[in-house]
Amino acid sequence: MENDIQLVACTVENEEYAIDIRSVQEIIRLLDITRVPHSSPYISGVINLRGMVIPVMDVRKRFGLPEKTPDETARIVIINCNGALVGMLVDSVSEVIRIPRENIEQPPSCSSNVNTDFFTGIGKLGNRLLIILNLDNIFEIRPES
Amino acid sequence: MDMTQYLSMFLEESREHLQKLNEALLDLESSPDNKSILDEIFRSAHTLKGMSATMGFSRIAELTHDMENILHKLRNDEIKTSPGIVDLLFKCVDALDSMVTDIANGGSGGLAINDLLAELKAGGLSASPEAPGSGSATDTLAEESGAARSQAAVVTTVEFNEYEKNLIKQAVDQGFQCYHLVVNIDPRCIMKSARAFMVFKNMEEIGEIVKSIPSVQDIEEEKFETSFDLIVISREPEETLRKGLVSITEVTEPEIKLITGAFKSLQGTALQETAALETEGNREEVAATGEPVKTVTDVRPDDRQNIHSPVVSKPRKSQTVRVDAARLDSLMNLVGELVINKTRLEQIGRSFQLPELSETLEQMDRITSDLQNVVMRVRMVPIDNVFSRFPRMVRDLARDLGKEIDLIIEGKETELDRTVIDEIGDPLVHLLRNSIDHGIEEPAVRVAAGKKEHGTVVLSARHEGNNVVIEVEDDGRGLDLDKIKHKAVEKGLILSEEADELDQSSLLRLILLPGFSTAEKVTDLSGRGVGLDAVKNKIESLSGSLHVESTPGTGTKFKIQLPLTLAIIQALLVLIEKETYAIPLSFIAETTSVLPAQINKIQEQEVILIRGDVLPLIRLNEVLQVPRANIPKEEEINIVVVRKGEKRVGLIVDTLIGQQEIVIKPLGKILGNIPVIAGATILGNGQVSLIIDVASLF
Repeated sequence: MENDIQLVACTVENEEYAIDIRSVQEIIRLLDITRVPHSSPYISGVINLRGMVIPVMDVRKRFGLPEKTPDETARIVIINCNGALVGMLVDSVSEVIRIPRENIEQPPSCSSNVNTDFFTGIGKLGNRLLIILNLDNIFEIRPES
Repeated sequence: MDMTQYLSMFLEESREHLQKLNEALLDLESSPDNKSILDEIFRSAHTLKGMSATMGFSRIAELTHDMENILHKLRNDEIKTSPGIVDLLFKCVDALDSMVTDIANGGSGGLAINDLLAELKAGGLSASPEAPGSGSATDTLAEESGAARSQAAVVTTVEFNEYEKNLIKQAVDQGFQCYHLVVNIDPRCIMKSARAFMVFKNMEEIGEIVKSIPSVQDIEEEKFETSFDLIVISREPEETLRKGLVSITEVTEPEIKLITGAFKSLQGTALQETAALETEGNREEVAATGEPVKTVTDVRPDDRQNIHSPVVSKPRKSQTVRVDAARLDSLMNLVGELVINKTRLEQIGRSFQLPELSETLEQMDRITSDLQNVVMRVRMVPIDNVFSRFPRMVRDLARDLGKEIDLIIEGKETELDRTVIDEIGDPLVHLLRNSIDHGIEEPAVRVAAGKKEHGTVVLSARHEGNNVVIEVEDDGRGLDLDKIKHKAVEKGLILSEEADELDQSSLLRLILLPGFSTAEKVTDLSGRGVGLDAVKNKIESLSGSLHVESTPGTGTKFKIQLPLTLAIIQALLVLIEKETYAIPLSFIAETTSVLPAQINKIQEQEVILIRGDVLPLIRLNEVLQVPRANIPKEEEINIVVVRKGEKRVGLIVDTLIGQQEIVIKPLGKILGNIPVIAGATILGNGQVSLIIDVASLF
């Protein structure tokens, strides 16, 4: 059991991504997002999570994927990133899965469309391939140039 | 014993005592013969010594001990109070301060104080070589208190009222014993009330406490010295009580007396006795029955003076509770949530139009605003917390610069939100330094100008509506407008032809610009590259404003205006396209509306004429990059006129929604500093709305 890691699986643009469950505080349905002017282009805006104002990042924009209006299946994964809460807007969240550590491989050194700095590894589960996200790199937002 | 749990308390109390020492030394400097000030200094030094010794900070204990020696000699007129001695004591306080800071930063407080110690010893010795060495002061004290205590043991008596007497009589009838305990607590104990609480707890397990002197409430508030009296009824033998007391840390051997006899003897003649005593007066003395065990009247007040005649501590003036600031913050947050939900409920209530509901809502509205006021007041701290360190600073500065300066502090009891208090210290230090360094002239110059030799700096605080006004005013040379003009042109801040057109107040405002400093020579004090613009920025970041007034030759006045609190503010909600924004009411001068044709352009800048004045306009939808939503626009254009200082700007918005109380929430560090946005708030409908940072628009 200790050799397994638990991941929250979600999809963005038909690809399966996975987030270490220890970083996930909760998963919520889409709320009204208030746009924040002059913020980083990956930030959709802020939401009201039970009285707290929390920024939400659009994973599609962060990965440079085509934009899409969120639909019924869209979810916001609330991540506790070193004490600060951030939401990640994804197309859908499918399940929580358990993968043995030995089934996780290094991420490929190059990828056609998404910056590989955003991944910590690839998890294999049967035929499925899950891209495990490197949250620290994803949330490291450099000021707009 | 593990002392780490007391560390924060130790630090806090040490700082209080250091502050007291600083203040008292300043007083001593102005009235060197005042013995009561010496007593006060002695008291603080002594307390510090006790606390630090208990906590194991031997260097502090050592230094305070030697300070006590000097103070003792001063008190006994063995040496005279001289500026040299006061300076030496100031140095000690500074050393203590750095030691305490060192401890706060995780050190052991062990700084190099050998020179200071030598100086202290020399200071004492040179003045009175025959004086006994170290320890004299405390020894005396210990003896005194010892003597007084044994005296207390003999004479203590307790008065009972009718109710207590009956209670004890009944208990004695049922076979209980009645004891009179004198509980002694170690004088070095930091948390006397906590120890007392444990005493109460232990005694209540063994028996019942009938009476305590002083009252339980006073004991809880530490309004006692090192001992208090308890009357306990119990079936247990004396030894059990003794054990129950001694098992508590820092409680020394108690004195226990059995006084059951007094009540037994009362029993037989109860009726007559009571009647007789009642006619005598409303208080009956048990002592009157003449039993040997019985103790004699309440002499504790006198007694206390005997013990501590040199160290009488004043009773605390206000009853206070120390609360962790984080708890207050969370309380404030919760109240904020309540306000938000109340607003939400009101919106729902309006759509249903139930008279009963709206009545209840009105009630709730009142209660929430009362609650909010109370919580806000709880978070308020007197500005004295900041002001109190200035007299010392001004004294040191004035000395270094060879100037003579009286600092007058007014309105130090003015209360401000804790968040504001924490931030306002540095700007004030800067302004004071500025006045002392640049404002007040050297004594000779002052005399030549026909002024009194002593310069005066007035630091004042007062409430003005929902704001606090803090002023730093000096009677120095004032600001030289020509010099300001030249400097500003020279530094490229304005063009010389522009400068000629500026009026006096506009010229004065130039000194608040970044990169401006009039000091001709860079001194240790100011001119360190942090100009008045830093002060101005700090104050504006607190939603306040800074003004300068100056008359050449007679002085300069800096006026700071700050909001009382930063957490909940009144704001005007406006709609821009589909987005709702909040504009803090404190910045709003007025709202108006104009027809599109009334907007003119001056050099690409849109302006309108409002009562003859030209008002520049800002289109908020452009500044805020609001996407076009193609909502049909009204004919008239709504304008919110905001002001900062004397400047005014008109903000073009689509719709005015209305005024509302909003709770400011931070945007969080992931978003970082967003220009034009000061924070966020949650509206009644649960939506997040952004607060416009009006100051950044100018």
